[in-house]
Amino acid sequence: MSGSSAGAMSRGGLAIAGEVRERWPASVQPAIAARRLAKSYATRHEPVVALETIDFSVAEGEFLAVLGPSGCGKSTLLKILAGLLPATSGEASLRGTPIAGPRRDIGVVFQSPVLFPWRTVLHNVLLPADVQRLGRAEHERIALDLLSLVGLAGFEHRYPWELSGGMQQRVAIVRALVHDPAMLLMDEPFGALDAMTREQMNLELQRIWLERRKTVVFITHSIPEAVFLADRVLVMTPRPGRVAEILAVGLPRPRSLDVMSTPDFGVLVKRIRAHFNAQGGLDA
Amino acid sequence: MIGLRNAVLRLCLIALSLAVWEAAVRLFAVPVYVLPAPSGIFVALYRGIVSTLYVQNLWVTLYETILGFIAGTSLAFLLGTVVALSRRTEYFLYPYIIMFQSLPKVALAPLIVVWFGLGLTSKVVNAALIAFFPLMVNTIVGLRSADEDRVNLMRSLDAREWQIFWMLRLPGALPFIMAGLEVAMIFALIGSIVAEFVGSQAGLGMLVQTLNFNGDVAGAFSILLILSVLGLLLNQIIVTLRRRVLFWDASQKTAAHDAGKGVGL
Repeated sequence: MSGSSAGAMSRGGLAIAGEVRERWPASVQPAIAARRLAKSYATRHEPVVALETIDFSVAEGEFLAVLGPSGCGKSTLLKILAGLLPATSGEASLRGTPIAGPRRDIGVVFQSPVLFPWRTVLHNVLLPADVQRLGRAEHERIALDLLSLVGLAGFEHRYPWELSGGMQQRVAIVRALVHDPAMLLMDEPFGALDAMTREQMNLELQRIWLERRKTVVFITHSIPEAVFLADRVLVMTPRPGRVAEILAVGLPRPRSLDVMSTPDFGVLVKRIRAHFNAQGGLDA
Repeated sequence: MIGLRNAVLRLCLIALSLAVWEAAVRLFAVPVYVLPAPSGIFVALYRGIVSTLYVQNLWVTLYETILGFIAGTSLAFLLGTVVALSRRTEYFLYPYIIMFQSLPKVALAPLIVVWFGLGLTSKVVNAALIAFFPLMVNTIVGLRSADEDRVNLMRSLDAREWQIFWMLRLPGALPFIMAGLEVAMIFALIGSIVAEFVGSQAGLGMLVQTLNFNGDVAGAFSILLILSVLGLLLNQIIVTLRRRVLFWDASQKTAAHDAGKGVGL
């Protein structure tokens, strides 16, 4: 079944992406460009296709949410963008240079905070500076600024296990920003948090983003989260992952949580949900 | 308050069991070469300490144990690290590791005394040999236990392998390494005592044997007392060190990791 209908779907998606792209002048180079990106894993029987030809681009300073059901290959996509996994074919590039391996101008936030328990909050945040041998003194100032930006001033000498889950994830976000990367990759960063904390973190992230204007690729399987945070939402199909549609979210910023109960928000959510209803549901 | 009450209760219980022991020995007229009374043991202990005989031999055993511990654990850490980081090395060393691990190492003591003589060297070698395995196994397991997400984080930061080792794998392995050191410390003491049994000119193990041969069972018991206190103190040193190093490790609030399990003598 998937052959023809999904093909039509991705063509539709490309058409919309095309419309959206027109909002930027053609001379501006996108921050991230993925061209015919594909990934399959070799197994004992036959190769498993995780990603099937993905095309998209993200403008400088844009917030792109990648939305899809579990197992659609969105984490694979993130690993490719982070340089942790080579693509089977196609190419992803960041500011015009292909992503061929880990790069120092990328910040990654994972599903769990991934903090080192033997380092204080401040030293966890300084990990990129330590690894990349950037000056500690200078980055300590940046780290402290960022920590106070996320409301963690005064916690810099605490240890991760003394913080709540939401605070730990904020530390992880600060760590991803401390070396001033060109792009922030976030892999379901709030998936492990309770619903209330998650909404707070969404507000927080929007605030940080409005202040820092990083290019963000944010992976999630929550439709409201994607619509709330993103400039555009890239909807992926279930396995193998393909672009179903790229949807522009025109809601004005800063968005408050109340935006979720507006008709415009509802229309976008409904439109995205239709993709998954047609294909066996989200989180199936 | 409960802590104090329990402490008093504990002391009372010890005093009671000593009293029962003493009474039983006197009541049933147990010969002193079978089971000496606690009073006899303490007298022997006092005499031995006053004559400096015990103290001299204690230093010998302690010296052997510490040297053996340092030699055995340093080698174990190095080899464990090499094996943990290189599958190829593991492939070639694995048969030997398995063979030595399942071998009762105390059975090697007579050979080692033959090879290295009756002096200090054979004791240190034996102590090192027995202390070696618990730490090597724990080092391998610990270094390999690095969380996949943490490794990915380091890689995403473009970290070099040696940075991943120093900043992630090694600190992450410390709970295992400290547990291994704890076992290794006691094992080193066992190793030096066993080697002293087999053949030596000094040390507490030699003393136990001599006193036994002379029928001075109370004397032998007094040495056992010293040895258990020595073991306790050595263990306490490592436990204190572990608490300092692993202040961040939640699991160490409960008990030692049982990573040292299954590492027989």
